[in-house]
Formats: sequence, structure tokens, C-alpha cells
Amino acid sequence: MSMPVLSVKNLSIDYIGEKSDFRAVDDVSFDIAPGEFFGLAGESGCGKSTIAFAISRLHRPPALIRSGEILLEGRNVLDLDKEQLRKFRWSEVAMVFQSAMNSLNPVLTIETQFYDVLHTHLGMNRSQARERAAQLLELVDISPDRLKSYPHQCSGGMRQRIVIAICLALNPKLLIMDEPTTALDVVVQREILQRIDKLRVEFGFSVLFITHDLGLMVQVCDRIGVMLEGKLVEVNAAQDIYTAPQHDYTRKLWASMPRLHGEQIRQGAQ
Amino acid sequence: MTDTPVLALDNVSKVFGRGDGAVYAARSVSFALKAGRTLALVGESGSGKTTCARLIMREYQPDQGQLLFRGTPATHAMADYRRAVQMIFQDPFSVLNPAHTVHYHLERPLRLHQKELNKAQREAAIAELLERVKLDPALMAPKFPHELSGGQRQRISIARALAVGPEVIVADEPTSMLDVSVRLGILNLLNEMKRSLGLALLYITHDIATARYVAEDIIVMYAGQIVEWGPTESVLTDPQHPYTRLLLSAVPDPDVRFAQSSYNAEMADVENIRRLSAVPQPVVSEVGRGHFIRPIPG
Repeated sequence: MSMPVLSVKNLSIDYIGEKSDFRAVDDVSFDIAPGEFFGLAGESGCGKSTIAFAISRLHRPPALIRSGEILLEGRNVLDLDKEQLRKFRWSEVAMVFQSAMNSLNPVLTIETQFYDVLHTHLGMNRSQARERAAQLLELVDISPDRLKSYPHQCSGGMRQRIVIAICLALNPKLLIMDEPTTALDVVVQREILQRIDKLRVEFGFSVLFITHDLGLMVQVCDRIGVMLEGKLVEVNAAQDIYTAPQHDYTRKLWASMPRLHGEQIRQGAQ
Repeated sequence: MTDTPVLALDNVSKVFGRGDGAVYAARSVSFALKAGRTLALVGESGSGKTTCARLIMREYQPDQGQLLFRGTPATHAMADYRRAVQMIFQDPFSVLNPAHTVHYHLERPLRLHQKELNKAQREAAIAELLERVKLDPALMAPKFPHELSGGQRQRISIARALAVGPEVIVADEPTSMLDVSVRLGILNLLNEMKRSLGLALLYITHDIATARYVAEDIIVMYAGQIVEWGPTESVLTDPQHPYTRLLLSAVPDPDVRFAQSSYNAEMADVENIRRLSAVPQPVVSEVGRGHFIRPIPG
């Protein structure tokens, strides 16, 4: 087996409190293989976003990594200094946030936002950046005409795809997506995830996909980890998480999801 | 038992803007809410779902058509209407006043709408309301909103709506901001209210699976227009409008992998379906028992 792209080992993260600390992530370990679509499922407060932020070292006090390692292709992310970290973000790990639609700068054109990344990391000039940006936009099915637009002139789904295109600008090894489609309609959600799925096959990057929608996750992921109160309670192939869930909590999550087809669940959720 | 709906929209249109920029947020919308039944209104954002809710709450006046309350046009402000029609909102974190306790939130509607109650009766009513939404009155009444979870807040919001003895409840995405494991509790609660109190429910959502869970009838909206409606099972098992089919095919379904090729084919024609579904279509055709569509042109 080849070396994993990402290896999280015995990671524990606390939120420091005045009286006592809150353990948000408790001894979590998992690997993501090259080109793998890995899902992290769980409800609010289970620690899944905290892990995502820690991987790209975006966590801020009061969050504190107590112990463990985060290895990206064997290199410990937690040891990087400021300059190494600047290079590491975007070029090795890119992140799409929950409200990615709002993570574009409203007063800059789309072109300028591409230029920022391409100039800073690759030293491209304006016209080189324009050409590369047009290619990147085509990857996500957006016409290069849009480069002159401002974010408010694009729909929510389009803005989300633009963010993804910027994320892919430096060929990252890992794309972290934290609830990337929660604010979007189901039709747009599906278009975006299918696009990502195709792109990862084409470019070979891995994906860490975080959501509370287990059904969606089973559709797109290769493997899924289920989190409960900071602990990773079950990791398995996506189909097995669906057809043969091992942990009580995973079963409970399935049991609380109304079905669109077939027999309806009928039970008290308590 | 009479068959007159408690509340009905009769050919209602609501237009924003003028001239070329005019947008029909609702175009010739008609539907009826009946006691003891739930009607689900589904569609994507911008389809006109919330405009319908606002028309019912009378935050908007219709530009055409009328609102019928117990069969008669609701034209002027009526205290009776305000009491009978209550709303539950999407965001349980912003509907409660952070400066006041649960007790205050429930006592206020009782004081305003049921003036005949004395203090002891009001206290009893508050306890009963909290029990109805499965919360412990002694524990909950003195709490402030920040001490409650999202699910608990949504229960308080439902209790507040029930406090005035409503006949119609409009629930606009009541579970979309809650965790998966508490959603079902809220849906069960709505189902129980409908049954035990004979409420007419309008359940607005983009989550079609939950609509199937609570609603006997369903309406699918796109671009301000109702494109398909009928009994929930009939519409969901045998969708006839291309937009309904598109919407249903996009609902996350763990039984189908994205990698399957047949699955990708359905999505090929998205733009075309959207464009055609947005064309105003006055013609209605019946495709099943009580199941109708507005066929797309061509």
C-alpha cells in the first residue's frame, strides 16, 4: 500500500476554558490514501470542523492541540514555521469553507482573486494569471467571460464553483471541504459534487469531505468516518457504513433520516 | 365535518419590480389548507415558497387573487385571523428574545390573546404547553434561550405558536438548522399536533424526504409557479413534471453511487428543464387521481 496523503495520529484538541477545558477532539486517528474521497460525518459540536481547521493549521485559541500528529506525505504539519506554513496552504492543502460563497472578496473581480493566488505562489504576471484562471474556470464549467465579474454578479452555486477553481489553482494534494454545499439547492449540490468527483479522478488529489448528510456522503465517498462527541466511533467503506453500520450511533443516524423511497421509517426519535 | 378549507390561496400572484424587471415571486398560486392535514410546499431557493408563507402571514398583500379564510376573503386586518394563523420559523436561534425566559415567551401570547385567564390559569396553561412539546415545565420555564439547544428552542417556538390556540400553522423549514438526530423529534411533534389538535399545517421545505414523512399532499414550485401537485405518495413515486423528476433525482440517495453512469445521464439537461419550467403555463392537466401538472411547453 502506498503512503497515505494525510495521516492523522492520536490527535487530541482542547478548547481552553476558564474553569476547565473542553475536549473537542479525543484521540482521533485516520489515514487518507492518494486520490481517496474520505468523508467525516457527525452532528454539530462533534469536532469534525475542528479537525479540518487543525489540518490546515487554521485553528486559533482557545483551540489547542494537546497531542498527536498530522502528517501530510510524512511531514508533520504541526512542526511547520510561519514561512513554511504560508507555502503549505493552498499548494498542498486547500480548503473550501462552509460559507465558501462568502469567502470571495466582494470588491475585487474574479480575475483579481485568481491573480492574488497565482502571483503570490507562482509569481505569474497579469496576463499569465488570466490565461491560467480561464483554464481553471473551465474545469468547473464557468465561462471565462466571468473573470470580469464581481462576486455579487454570480449565483451562489457559481461562487462556490469559483472558490473550488481557486482551490485547484496550485494542484493541491488534499482538498478539504467543510459542508461545502449546505447552503445550496440539491440540484446545484449534486452538480458540484459530481464535478469534484470527476476532477479528483483527473488530477489525483484526495478529498476530505465534511458534512452531516450521511446519505450524500455514501453516494460520493470511498470511505467514511463517523464522529461522536470528539471520538471517531466508526471508520469503514462507504457502502458498509450504509448497509452494515457497526456502531449504535451510526445506526441511530440512519434511523433518524426520513426516506424518499421505499418503506418509511416510523418511530419516535427519542 | 365541513369540507371548507380553513385557509386557501385563490389564484394569488405577487410581483416584485416593474416593467422588464418584474419578477413573479408567485404566479397564479392556488392551494387549500384543511384541518387535520399537512400540505408540503417544496422547491429550491427562489422558487416562491417563502413568498407564499408571507402572503399567508399577510406580510405581503397579493397583487392579484385573494386569500380565503374559512371561505371568506381575508381583506382587512382581523384579530381573529392573526390568532388563528401562526408561524414557526427556520432559525431557532433568532426567534427567541435572548433577554427573556421561556416563561415570558409563553406567557405573553396568553396574556394578549386570552385575556380572560387569571395568573394561576396562565401558569397552568404554560405548564401544559411545555408538556405538550415534551419539555419539563419546572426545569424549562425559568431558562433563558442561550441555555437551550437548537431542538429545545424549536420546541419552545412551537409551544409559543400553540399558546394562542391556532387553526393553521405555517412551518418554514422548521428542521433545516437542526441536527439530524433531533429533526425527527420535531417532525413527530408536528404530526402529533396535527392529529390531536386538528391543525392545518403548511410545511415548507427543500428536503423532500421530510416532506414525505409529514405531509399527505405536496406541491412542487419552481420560479413562482406550482408545477406539480397531488397526494404525496403519488407525486413522489410517479412524478410527471420534468422539474419534479430533476428535483427528486438530486435528493441524496445512499442507494445510488455518483460513479454510476445511468445516474449522470439524468442531470444532462438541467438548464433546459429549468428554462422551460419557468415559462408561465396556465394549462393544467390531470395525470392521476388528484394529481396535476402544468405541462412544460412543446
